[in-house]
Amino acid sequence: MNTDTHAAGAHDHHHDDGHAHSTFSGYMLGFVLSVVLTAIPFWLVMSGTLPSKQITALVIMAFAIVQIVVHMIYFLHMSPKSENGWTMMALIFTIVMVVIALSGSLWVMNHLNSNMMPMHEMTGMK
Amino acid sequence: MTVAVNSSQAGEPVFYLADEHPHPEGYSTSLGFWIYLMSDCLIFAMLFAAFGVLGANYAAGPAPKDLFDLDLVAVNTSMLLLSSITYGFAMLTMQQNKVAQTQMWLAITGLFGLAFIGIELTEFAHMIHEGATPQRSAFLSAFFTLVGTHGLHVSCGLIWLVTLMVQVQKFGLIEANRRRLMCLSMFWHFLDVVWIGVFTFVYLLGVLR
Repeated sequence: MNTDTHAAGAHDHHHDDGHAHSTFSGYMLGFVLSVVLTAIPFWLVMSGTLPSKQITALVIMAFAIVQIVVHMIYFLHMSPKSENGWTMMALIFTIVMVVIALSGSLWVMNHLNSNMMPMHEMTGMK
Repeated sequence: MTVAVNSSQAGEPVFYLADEHPHPEGYSTSLGFWIYLMSDCLIFAMLFAAFGVLGANYAAGPAPKDLFDLDLVAVNTSMLLLSSITYGFAMLTMQQNKVAQTQMWLAITGLFGLAFIGIELTEFAHMIHEGATPQRSAFLSAFFTLVGTHGLHVSCGLIWLVTLMVQVQKFGLIEANRRRLMCLSMFWHFLDVVWIGVFTFVYLLGVLR
């Protein structure tokens, strides 16, 4: 990269970064979406509308993921372009770490639980 | 410093200086703060993993169904959501250089945050009073650690908010204060994102179980 163009472009870019994206309509849209995306899971669980618990669990997890994305876009102003893509890079790296740690822990501990089951049942006996 | 020497057609050397040019103060703050938030995200991921592993170990103690009051959680969630949008309004008025209005929105955000902490502490006190202490079962240890860590973050955010309101009162919306308000904005919205995980995986899925 040419140093001259980088120097000229970078300062203007960084100066208004983070301020420029926020608009009233953006915040309001994000707020309305997150109210809806919060209200529906609460309603589903509190009223028990869906036939089975598994379906309800899957649906509310899907709503949570959508709401997290909404917050990221409208409140945290994430975009692939902010900070020349470095914030997105850090986010993707974190998501990879979180997915490995979470799924790995749950998977391993679940297997450990089922393989320890005979012991567990014996100690449970009175 | 790297210096590359090229010979041009005329024979005289041309120097390209690949050196760090001076940056304005705080130009990398938002990226640095974002990376801090990502590391904080890993802390919460570990606490969620612990809750996911231990969340069903009640040790013959109370289960989520006996403890959680979803109406209260819904009120609490709306407090945090409202504080997010009012912080957004504070950022918008900050862009328009309106000091008094920015301060007002920050104060409203603080009140919603305080309400959130108040409701959460009431809930904790109620649970502990019923004997559902962190020592009771692995589920309750994981619950208090995860939700308590989030509450601690919100409390720190509130202290930060008050500090910045004093700063803005003293020095106005100078460049440094704008930068700080932007960092707190990221922190505050990030805590709201974590709360989405808490109310879904801890409260709603807990009551479903």
